Amino acid sequence: MNVYCANLLSSLQIPGNQARGNMSGKPRLHYFNGRGRMEPIRWLLAAAGVEFEESYLEKKEDLTKLQKDGSLLFQQVPMVEIDGMKLVQTRAIANYIATKYNLYGKDMKERALIDMYVEGMFDLNELLMKYGYLPADKKEEHFANMMDKAENRYFPVFEKVLKDHGKDFLVGNQLSRADVQLLEIILMAEECKPDTLAKFPLLQSFKARISNIPPIKKFLQPGSQRKPLIREEEVPKVIKIFY
Amino acid sequence: MSTKPKLYYFDGRGKMESIRWLLAAAGVEFEEEFLETRDQYEKLLQGGSLLFQQVPMVEIDGMKMVQTRAILSYIAAKYNLYGKDLKERALIDMYVGGTDDLMGFILMFPFLSAEDKEKQRALIIQKATSRYFPVYEQVLKDHGQDFLVGNNFSWADVHLLEAILMVEEKKSDVLSGFPQLQAFKARISSIPAIKKFLEPGSQRKPVPDDKYVETVRRVLCMYYDVKAN
Repeated sequence: MNVYCANLLSSLQIPGNQARGNMSGKPRLHYFNGRGRMEPIRWLLAAAGVEFEESYLEKKEDLTKLQKDGSLLFQQVPMVEIDGMKLVQTRAIANYIATKYNLYGKDMKERALIDMYVEGMFDLNELLMKYGYLPADKKEEHFANMMDKAENRYFPVFEKVLKDHGKDFLVGNQLSRADVQLLEIILMAEECKPDTLAKFPLLQSFKARISNIPPIKKFLQPGSQRKPLIREEEVPKVIKIFY
Repeated sequence: MSTKPKLYYFDGRGKMESIRWLLAAAGVEFEEEFLETRDQYEKLLQGGSLLFQQVPMVEIDGMKMVQTRAILSYIAAKYNLYGKDLKERALIDMYVGGTDDLMGFILMFPFLSAEDKEKQRALIIQKATSRYFPVYEQVLKDHGQDFLVGNNFSWADVHLLEAILMVEEKKSDVLSGFPQLQAFKARISSIPAIKKFLEPGSQRKPVPDDKYVETVRRVLCMYYDVKAN
């Protein structure tokens, strides 16, 4: 794996302390203007129907400023100001939002299933996310590996889950973060390979169904806070923020 | 039939070690099945026991749980090591995220080339002393309590102790600038369930060696070079 992007990505995953909150009452996301590790958080907030604000890191000084004023617990972003806290660590943020907005199942066993599914999706998300940042000569091999994992390791699992219980949602017959995150990675995988769901009829109908849920439908429309795939020419700018 | 949790992994630390620590801290006895051969692994795969074809896998409460974080969260919640409310959970999740990242640098260490090992050791020490330890030192200093979160023993404390001990194995005096962490280490180590786990003969696994690396490579057919991060 390219050390460059590995370092970039490890520095993207930063926590923070929790002191002052965001004045407007809406959560405020601190990140660069792109998907990275913040995108699952945007999806989750959107699915929960929660309006949020964003502060974008455009240059290194923006990150340094946040580090210097003690806002980032482990000197890293994502950071989300929410309920008087400055939360860092993607999982901590996602767990908090999912619990607060009832997207985390109704009991421990449902949480366990959701966690297992979501962690698998995180792993796939890492692969999909890295792709955009790789130099040209590393892309082909990575692409093959990531699509192999998507189509042979992850998608079959979720296809089978849906087949086995025949319900609309992955866990407990109601919308959860697992559904939101699965839709997100399906769409990301399709951006790389449009026919990736060819062998997965239930995931195809899942995709249509979840996309139709009003707040999610809204998030999928142009003009929402959903971020586009990183363009090659933007990569150096993002790397500069962290190096 | 035993109702003890059963852990499926190699006979070594890897990603399962944090789970062993947490179960031990909760005073929960557990069994282990060690993967030694490719055959055993393929049997598990064919039997459909591994959701994403990976270990760690833990049989617990009628489930075959996979994904380290999912397993740890379940155990923490079940045994009251996850704080008392949403905000304490958020703090615990953040702190555990940090120690997880720190231990992540150590996880791949045994698989690195000798040259990369030297670089990685330096990186581990640097991250520990400049990014992670100062945070926990400050947390303890700020509230002056015995435990990281909510004045109660939690997953965060167990995970931090594990991380401290692992980094000390790379540099024995690494806590020298961190008096709070030194006291924390002594304090948490003397909690009976943890003290027991730290004694010889417990299920705690030793520092990974070449034999461990060879076993993992053999079972997973993982023969490519592992690069440092």
